[in-house]
Amino acid sequence: MRAGSLIKVILVALVLAAIVTAIAIFIPWLPEPASEEADRIDFVFWFVTAICIAIFAVVAAISVYSLVKFRARPDDDSDGPPIHGHTGIEITWTVIPLVLVIAMIVVSSVALAQNDRVPDDSLRVEVWGQQFAWTFLYPPDNRDAGEDEMVCVRRDQGIIEDGCKVSPNLRLPVNRPTRLYLSARDVIHSFWVPEFRQKQDAVPGITTQITVTPTKTGSYRLICTELCGLGHALMRTRAIVTSPSDFERWLTSRTTPGGMS
Amino acid sequence: MTAVHEEHAEHYEAHAPSPPPSGLRRLMAPGWVRAIWMTPLFALIGFGIVVGIRALAGWEPIVDWEPIITVAFLTTAPIGFLAGLGAFDYWLRWAFGFPTVPEDHSGHGARRWTDYFRINTDHKVIGVQYVVTTVFFFLAGGLMAMLVRAELAKPEANYVDPQTYNELFTAHAALMIFLFVIPAFAGLANYVLPIMIGAPDMAFPRLNALSYWLLPIAGLMMLASFFFPGFGAGWTNYTPLSVDQPFGNVFFSMAVQWAGASSIMTALNFLVTIITMRAPGMTFWRMPLLVWANFTTSLLVVIATPFIAGSQFFVMFDKVMHTHFFDVEGGGYPLGYQHIFWFYSHPAVYIMILPGFGIVSEVISAMSRKPIFGYRLMALSLVAILILGFSVWAHHMFVAGMATWLRVPMMITTLLIAVPTGIKVFSWLATTWEGKINFSTPMLFALGFVSMFVIGGLSGIFLGAVPIDIHASDTYYVVAHIHYVLLGGSLFTIFAGFYYWFPKMTGRMYNETLGKVHFWGTFLAVNTTFFPMHLIGLQGQPRRVYTYESQFSEWNLFISISSFVLGASFIVFIYNMIVSWSRGPRAPANPWRANTLEWQVSSPPPIFNFDEIPQVVGNPYEYGVPGAKHAILNGDRKEVEATEEVRR
Repeated sequence: MRAGSLIKVILVALVLAAIVTAIAIFIPWLPEPASEEADRIDFVFWFVTAICIAIFAVVAAISVYSLVKFRARPDDDSDGPPIHGHTGIEITWTVIPLVLVIAMIVVSSVALAQNDRVPDDSLRVEVWGQQFAWTFLYPPDNRDAGEDEMVCVRRDQGIIEDGCKVSPNLRLPVNRPTRLYLSARDVIHSFWVPEFRQKQDAVPGITTQITVTPTKTGSYRLICTELCGLGHALMRTRAIVTSPSDFERWLTSRTTPGGMS
Repeated sequence: MTAVHEEHAEHYEAHAPSPPPSGLRRLMAPGWVRAIWMTPLFALIGFGIVVGIRALAGWEPIVDWEPIITVAFLTTAPIGFLAGLGAFDYWLRWAFGFPTVPEDHSGHGARRWTDYFRINTDHKVIGVQYVVTTVFFFLAGGLMAMLVRAELAKPEANYVDPQTYNELFTAHAALMIFLFVIPAFAGLANYVLPIMIGAPDMAFPRLNALSYWLLPIAGLMMLASFFFPGFGAGWTNYTPLSVDQPFGNVFFSMAVQWAGASSIMTALNFLVTIITMRAPGMTFWRMPLLVWANFTTSLLVVIATPFIAGSQFFVMFDKVMHTHFFDVEGGGYPLGYQHIFWFYSHPAVYIMILPGFGIVSEVISAMSRKPIFGYRLMALSLVAILILGFSVWAHHMFVAGMATWLRVPMMITTLLIAVPTGIKVFSWLATTWEGKINFSTPMLFALGFVSMFVIGGLSGIFLGAVPIDIHASDTYYVVAHIHYVLLGGSLFTIFAGFYYWFPKMTGRMYNETLGKVHFWGTFLAVNTTFFPMHLIGLQGQPRRVYTYESQFSEWNLFISISSFVLGASFIVFIYNMIVSWSRGPRAPANPWRANTLEWQVSSPPPIFNFDEIPQVVGNPYEYGVPGAKHAILNGDRKEVEATEEVRR
């Protein structure tokens, strides 16, 4: 590659990188984050985005330059120079992506491990999916004792623990880690609050877990994201984050219905 | 060296299909007449088997339509249809000791258009049969996508009920995957691969014919599922939802068996053909990359496809026979389904793109007038994708509730695939560098593929990173990603292949202007349709919904309008293909001045491809190398020796 073409390619790459960066920054790609987990996921998102913009700019610049510069004239039937390869270049474009990939793996793994932690003072909430509604159950002592199975509800017995409080929407206190335990009665559902970024399938027969630490009070969309039948599109409720005192007041006011299947 | 054509010519003339017998004997001759009575006969046999077993076992009711439809209509009737057409005649005659003619070519070649509608053992006829059939199902699947987008143009429910909506997007995906992308690649390779390696046909021509005829059966079953509601659990058909669906779900389970059997048999055929039937001198390192691509794809198909067959059999058994493979009530494990399903369906992603890599390598090299940059690394990266492809299946299950420790290893293998894939993209671009680029329609589609695949590949890196996937999983972001890699990716390579080999297959040239109109229409509409889906997905629109929050209504309307433009762009394609096939100007043998063997024979090629098996003497992409030759056809021994001498 001659110096002149190298400079032109670099200029095109810089222009493209600037355009794509503007698209990345000025369009609101992600909903406003509302949990600690969301902040970590967003960090990974922007880390990967930066790498992808760089790769895209280089690849697109080379393409644009090559396709404009090397198009055949209408009456030109000759062949190009017989270049069969170049070991140095081939090693370079194997090693650089490898390094970038390893960097993304490390950053993702760290964020994932942090988001999976279960702090000691976690609130325990059980999430029960059925066609086509969510039910949220709060065990009596409010704390997460680390029990891996659902404490409040079983698919064959309904509610098994009398002291559990029941709610059709998810209420959480702000700034307190909450461990959600999920399962389902009939088919697979999936719990998602876009502002929390956290998502987890609720699968019949097993109990799955996920941590959410809300950082902002407010009311957020809570959506089923796994196709669960005819009412799948309408299987939505709200996740409402309040101050801890409001949360306690709300929780004590909840009734404990004896039977729910 | 054998004079293939002369040797076969006398058999060929002697065994040209005799005119159909008259009167009652016509009922017994292989063909549509026999198929018309054998199909109901076999359905009746299936009916008898089910009713007989139930009567003997004393199960009530004796006439239970669910097992009857499963056995009689979805299993035995298709076998009767195939037997009637004559797919098994030769094997059965041989098995029962009747006289057979090993060099029987009565089923070979097409002399008139009706020859495309019978069991035909000519790989070129089968290739055309595949391509035309898959284009039909592509249009059917595309129409379903148009209906899906019509429903989504406005946020509230509009035209179809939720069950129909679910069936539309499910059948759309199933048809596009099993009846279009996978068999369209098989059809193109069926046509050109044997010629590219200098073979007169595939290794097993009768098996090849059978493989093709399984496809329309599978496709009609999927279309018929609309009359038996229930195929609406997504093409992934996750349990327990699929088992809870109405009976029509079984149509998918069985259609997958027929389509899967077809691809396994074709893949075996390709493997044996590539390993045993290469012309003298065609070493592995001299094979065109399309052959390499189909070699690796066939390995993927042979190893992986039995898993989806198994997973759908289990679903069907749970549904019809009340077994408990995935039924929690009976101790089954729903996530077991997902592991088996994705153990096929992730490699299937590569089954749907590696042959496209092969097509694009052929097109870019010939149209840039340059050798493929880094040929060996291109071939090796296909092998690397083949191996890595089997170790990434659970990246579809990051939020599914599987063992949490499995996520990071799966993320590592998933992201590592970016390395060999990146090598391929960089090498294609390096191939164009300093070339003499000819922007014909196949080249436009090949370059369009590279650009769409770069975007689809980069959006795939986001999904490979577990924390981001947790947010983006099951949203429209995923819909955007799969359409960039499957529509911008696979579909573009298929179109590149259609246009590139159209002169070879039909003997006529297509209209270049219409080809370019088709490309630019499709290319722009693909981007306006699918790029905004990234955004609405990340902002919170889940996939597989018929109604959504009003905040997404502007983007969805825009996407729907774009998708109608996208749909309309294919009308140009269909018009161009039909008119050019019937009235286009005669194509020369080698309109692209390409080096690979299929361009060294006439358009369309003679019935056994070569008058004489060619002698391969060099690499397939030696553009610009003075005096270089890929192969010598009909040449004398001296020229072959002289060329070998030069190379030494």
